[in-house]
Amino acid sequence: MDDNELNDLYNELIMEHSMNSYNKKKLKDPSFSQLGHNPNCGDEITLEIKFNGNIIEDMAFEGHGCAISMSSTSIMIDTLKGKTVEEAKEIVKTFIEMIKRETKSEEELAKLEDAIAFKNVSNMPARVKCALLAWHTVNDLINLNEAEKGTL
Amino acid sequence: MNYKQDFPILNNKDIVYLDSGATTQKPQYVLEKVDEFYEKYNANPHRGAYSLSMEATEVYENVRDKIAKFINAEHREEIIFSKNATESLNLVAYSYGLENVKENDEIVISIMEHHSNLVPWQKVAKNTGAKLKYMYLDGNFEISDDEIESKITENTKIVGITHVSNVLGTINNVKKIIDIAHKKGAIVIVDASQSIPHKRIDVQDLNCDFLVFSGHKMLAPLGIGVLYGKKELLNKMTPFLMGGDMIEYVYEQETSFATLPNKFEAGTQNVGGVVGLGAAIDYIEKIGYENIEKQEKEVVTYAIQELKKLKYLDLYLTSNLENHSGVISFNIKGVHPHDIASILDSQNVCVRSGNHCAQPLMRYLGIDSTCRASFYFYNTKEDVDALVNALNKAYNMFEKYINKGN
Repeated sequence: MDDNELNDLYNELIMEHSMNSYNKKKLKDPSFSQLGHNPNCGDEITLEIKFNGNIIEDMAFEGHGCAISMSSTSIMIDTLKGKTVEEAKEIVKTFIEMIKRETKSEEELAKLEDAIAFKNVSNMPARVKCALLAWHTVNDLINLNEAEKGTL
Repeated sequence: MNYKQDFPILNNKDIVYLDSGATTQKPQYVLEKVDEFYEKYNANPHRGAYSLSMEATEVYENVRDKIAKFINAEHREEIIFSKNATESLNLVAYSYGLENVKENDEIVISIMEHHSNLVPWQKVAKNTGAKLKYMYLDGNFEISDDEIESKITENTKIVGITHVSNVLGTINNVKKIIDIAHKKGAIVIVDASQSIPHKRIDVQDLNCDFLVFSGHKMLAPLGIGVLYGKKELLNKMTPFLMGGDMIEYVYEQETSFATLPNKFEAGTQNVGGVVGLGAAIDYIEKIGYENIEKQEKEVVTYAIQELKKLKYLDLYLTSNLENHSGVISFNIKGVHPHDIASILDSQNVCVRSGNHCAQPLMRYLGIDSTCRASFYFYNTKEDVDALVNALNKAYNMFEKYINKGN
């Protein structure tokens, strides 16, 4: 990674979200809460989600970790809030594909809104897990919601 | 002296390598000796009646003699080859620990142990009903004499201690620990992984019962390690891994085992690795430990002096520099070590970040992780300057956000 890629990654948006995130709080009555962690690096987040029918009404997180994991969590929350579960699943899938370099289509990536800022992580294998932590965790939350619905 | 010329990777790549605590780079001499083995002597030792196999046996067994002399073991069969220090420690935990520790006995280790000298003892304690106790640190990142004396008791059967901490660089007073443990009737296992690359080890002078190290942290190839054990203890122990070459007679239902050292060397060994370890020892002896220590002292002292000037850094090291080896852990206040390591990497400076396989120590220090720069004699003051420049760059990138956060 050269200096330009470095500055692209550690940009204003990512730095602000990592150090001073307004999404770092607790929800009053979350539908589900899930711990996500990368034991090897110590990144740890508790992600809370509130569903309103099929809509993700609100999300918040608490935890600690590197700038990439923290900002990725916060920006993900901004991106997914207000989306339907189906839209959210599609966005999460696209994000994971972007980080794993499986998609480069501009049209697809536009769905990610601000989360496209993490594109350069795909050039940093050591940081892929940091960027993906929240996105894997939100998948777990969506699955929990569907499992509960399935049992109703 | 600049030793970098002996290390191809340091010449082929534009890097400042400060992760020798994880694994050292390999000198040309070691690489050539390993190649030479595969080109001229490769056969399976101890198995063939033909001359090539006997030559391979000789090459393999000569290194055992070399290591015995290198660490001043009394007997050559006290040297057991393993995969790495971790396997050596597991061997002792399974073959000595599980068989000799009883309910309510104590196993004492330090809070600065690497997981490899900690998790196996948890298993021994759980399986036997023994208690696992820890020696903690004083305010200076050291284990005090009082702490040693109060934790090792008449109930202690095993003491496990790292000679040098892979996180703090603290040199532990292993002689004192061994002395006290022996007075209380316990045996001591010394993890020399972080010390033997830097200073001469004399197992008879230490009077340790077991000592382990990995070859790859002392210029040898990956995948070769050593267990030293006192002969009378090794003789009484049951084998760890079963298989070829560690047996005497095998019947359908019963087996008698080979004598030392073969009893603990089941299956075809990493002979190329053994040869590389032998070459690494020759290379270290040629440079001389006194020169290694001199070069490291100069560079590490300079590193500490320069890092202390960076007011934004937290350093985790003892103020008694005579008790400190070539490992320096640090954090930029308010910035995660992984971000620092990524930025340092963009400046071609290689440091480790994370918990360094020492989670209980991190928890004890109240932190998640650190960055770690670890030095060897091929490092120079210019490497330190590159580290400092890269750290300043990292700090500058984060500075305005850190202050806002506070």
